[in-house]
Amino acid sequence: MSTPADYLPIAMMFVVASGFVLFTIFVTHLLGPRRKTEVKLEPFECGIESQENARMPFSIKYFLVAILFVLFDVEIIFMYPWAVNFKDMGMFGFVEMLIFLSLFLVGFTYIIRRGALKWE
Amino acid sequence: MALFLEFVIAGLLCIGLFAILGLVLVLMERKVSAYMQIRLGPNRVGPKGALQTLADTLKLLSKEGLTPRGADRFLFNLAPFVAMIGTMLLLAPIPFAKGFQLWDINIGVLYISAVSSLAVISILLAGWASNNKYSLLGAMRSGAQIVSYELSAGLSIIAIVVLTGSLSISDIIASQADGWWIFKGHLPVWIAFVTFIIAVTAETNRAPFDLAEAESELTAGFHTEYSGMKFALFFLAEYINIFIVCAIGAILFFGGWMPFHIGNWEGFNRIMDYIPSSVWFFGKTFFLIFVIMWFRWTFPRLRIDQLLNLEWKYLLPISMVNVLLITLVAILGWHF
Repeated sequence: MSTPADYLPIAMMFVVASGFVLFTIFVTHLLGPRRKTEVKLEPFECGIESQENARMPFSIKYFLVAILFVLFDVEIIFMYPWAVNFKDMGMFGFVEMLIFLSLFLVGFTYIIRRGALKWE
Repeated sequence: MALFLEFVIAGLLCIGLFAILGLVLVLMERKVSAYMQIRLGPNRVGPKGALQTLADTLKLLSKEGLTPRGADRFLFNLAPFVAMIGTMLLLAPIPFAKGFQLWDINIGVLYISAVSSLAVISILLAGWASNNKYSLLGAMRSGAQIVSYELSAGLSIIAIVVLTGSLSISDIIASQADGWWIFKGHLPVWIAFVTFIIAVTAETNRAPFDLAEAESELTAGFHTEYSGMKFALFFLAEYINIFIVCAIGAILFFGGWMPFHIGNWEGFNRIMDYIPSSVWFFGKTFFLIFVIMWFRWTFPRLRIDQLLNLEWKYLLPISMVNVLLITLVAILGWHF
């Protein structure tokens, strides 16, 4: 069995990592020059003057992909406990996963048929 | 007190490993690229250019870190933190040699697939906060790409978990004492391995899937506006990520630090044991890193819709069916 103390190394790694990043950013902030000019602070656009705000609307497809990911990833997370335990269940576990995956594939064919992944 | 001292030593070792890996991998990338294009690569600083990356790092340390006008200051500065911390947390459960592991936990593989998804948050933060069109485009593409390929990477990890019946990394390595899974598992494991390599190449934003940075169209993608140490942190995190995913690949399919063993050839196995386990681990990992660098000069870059089609229409169904195949293999005992 695992106890909360087993997860202590993660806290340690977190402290080490944030300490390292803070330290390097702070030191290089002191080391580097600080000369800010009007042109230097402009968003980079390959030399031409920057046009309008950069935070513009973008294709909805990216959002759709993210939503699909959430749905499918949850189904894949369900497979982890099954993968650890299925040897005790034998053929029964296999049939269960067969049913689960066929439901999964029905949803998958649905999104393909609806053209969720068609890009213009 | 002893525990605290242990923490300090382990922390210092981690940071040291980070720095060395960063330097070595960047140099390796430049040398490999050079030899594939029949040129010499860096050869001025130090013997055969070995100190080139050290000189580059010193230069980056002394540069000004700019925050462009219009950028969201807080998120802009937070992004490199998230990238670096996410990567450093991934280092904890990796065994570098026999018994040389910072954190041996029963959910090792699950932990790795959970924490490695933090990378996408840092990229989206960086792209959104920069107030730069290139950054935003790069971040959006990269977000869609990384989350998509996480599915098939997860499924190929599950394939090995099915064979081993454990999520613990030391159990997975121990199960390969009589042969690595890539040899024991036949066709389904080969399919899982190929899917895994493709998926992690995409997850680490490497060519041919480097749409997040695509130099020729987006200048530098999501980190266009970063300079100085903040840029260096992104760069370092990217290379350490490559090392980590290749280490995971080596652990799952090539037995991590486990020497090359064949079933019941006692004498042969004994001889193989003479090679230190750390040499095996780093040898396999660096071989996989070399393969990923090789991809970069072999395949042209994909377009974003081709990239998502490859994942959703080919890799995902293939790896789902492959999990079923592996389950059959495991139940019927077809592996050795």
